[in-house]
Amino acid sequence: MEDSIIEVRDFRKVYGDFVAVDGITFEVNRGEIFGLLGPNGAGKTSTMESLEGLRLIDGGELRVAGVDPGHQPHLLKRVLGVQLQSSGLPANIRVDESMRLFCAYHGLPPRDDLLDRLGLNEKRSAQYHQLSAGQQRRLALALAVAHKPPVIFLDEPTAGLDVASRVQLHDLMRELQADGTTILLATHDMAEAAELATRVAILLRGKIATIGTPLELTAAGAGLTKISVRTEGSSLARPEAKFPGIQQTSRQEEYFIYFTTDVGGTVSALMAYLHAQSDQLVDLRVERPSLEDRFLEITHHGAAQ
Amino acid sequence: MNAFAQHLAFQFRTGIRDRSLLLMNYLFPLGFYLLMGALMGQVNPGFLGSLIPAMAVLAVMSGTLLALPGTLVEAREAGIFRSYKVNGVPALSILVIPVLTTMVHSLIVAILVGVSAPSLFHAAVPTSWAGFLLVFLAMSFAFAGIAGLIGVVSSNNQMTVLLSQLIFLPSMVLGGLMLPTSMLPTGLGKVALLLPTTYAMNAFGELAMGQTMPVNSVLSLAILVASGALAFYLAVYLFRWDSKNAARRAHPALALLALLPYIAGLVLIR
Repeated sequence: MEDSIIEVRDFRKVYGDFVAVDGITFEVNRGEIFGLLGPNGAGKTSTMESLEGLRLIDGGELRVAGVDPGHQPHLLKRVLGVQLQSSGLPANIRVDESMRLFCAYHGLPPRDDLLDRLGLNEKRSAQYHQLSAGQQRRLALALAVAHKPPVIFLDEPTAGLDVASRVQLHDLMRELQADGTTILLATHDMAEAAELATRVAILLRGKIATIGTPLELTAAGAGLTKISVRTEGSSLARPEAKFPGIQQTSRQEEYFIYFTTDVGGTVSALMAYLHAQSDQLVDLRVERPSLEDRFLEITHHGAAQ
Repeated sequence: MNAFAQHLAFQFRTGIRDRSLLLMNYLFPLGFYLLMGALMGQVNPGFLGSLIPAMAVLAVMSGTLLALPGTLVEAREAGIFRSYKVNGVPALSILVIPVLTTMVHSLIVAILVGVSAPSLFHAAVPTSWAGFLLVFLAMSFAFAGIAGLIGVVSSNNQMTVLLSQLIFLPSMVLGGLMLPTSMLPTGLGKVALLLPTTYAMNAFGELAMGQTMPVNSVLSLAILVASGALAFYLAVYLFRWDSKNAARRAHPALALLALLPYIAGLVLIR
């Protein structure tokens, strides 16, 4: 039996008549990076904020490292570090002041090593509002992990960051995981979730639509293969461009995207069609659907229902 | 340094670093003091007898009523309280720390006024600085409690301005800052008894300036302290970590209970 550190059982959150979370159950094991995915309004934030002790729950049971977030706030702060989506810091607090202040509330000396590690050493005298978006997020992460909690919640940690900052934060997350820290990661970035998460749960309308490793999720789709095609002409836009096995079609810039159950049949028919239309093939890619494709399939299917 | 002291030190520096707080804590009360000292001293020399306490009251009102509620609302809306909560900062600290630092800023202004007014404007010097400090602390406590309560119950900054001005403007006109409350018509004199400024000026007059005042200074102090304590209790009780979580302990109208000490004053003082 795996060692679960976050437990969510029959959790329910209601706002007036709106059921934001409808009795979900999942566990996160110690040392996992667990991705919480879902479209806006799916219940991610309600789940995260209830686990952070920021919202009262309307049913079920939550535990973070054995602590009830709603009723044991003083124990929760010891076991949980939170990087909130919004800034959460006064505009004129200095970087070194914020580290001193937050560490003091945890009864610890300031973790200047984290400022060095996250490239904030030169900015330690800068006020929060003078930092770039990437620096603000790095500081928020430094403060969240400063007291070495066993569990960390990250809400869109890399949203709006440049590539270098993203890579830096991803490296830190992997280091934390290697040290045994459990990370609950809420993100809209499917590539990030696929790259970092050991398991993900996709929430849809307050329920868990699916849960598993990124590989399991992509494999457990409708068994579709993604074929991306780009041609010189526009023959694929014509109504007669129909091929066997196609379940779903979309366009992405100059590419026609086909999801098929019959790769061989589709590609053969496609090549024959292009030859007949005298249209030149520029690029053709056959891929396993990504986590993003699977996410879109699930949310599209859910929306259709 | 422990967490409370760290937080207090940061909040104190904020009162100088933040331009709007610097304006309300220092620039506005000191500028107003210089203007009033120069103008009112010429127009009404009797005003110089109460210049120092009047400007101390103004400094406290400016730092508390005009600055503190907006700071609290902005911090709540920016998610700063949420961040504090997940890091274990108690609600009491969030309210008490800005109040304490505002009191210190106001005290610095009061000292600057107290030291400079006699030489600059020939203002009357307090006969008892201990009495001055006692009244200053009671008055600061009362205004800070009210300002904290306004910040807690206001849903946005416009609301804080409205509620603060409901106290600030009548206090300036009727509270004994510009002219003694004994000169007010009977009806307005009764209205003045609903304002903390009236009790502060009465207590300053008797305990700090050695003057005979219409309201007993012990009663004035009692009303100020009771008001501060009640407003603080209500502010902590009605405190919300964020505006997203709909759960409230009680309706914000409960804050009106903070008027009780002043209503008692209105009943007791004839």
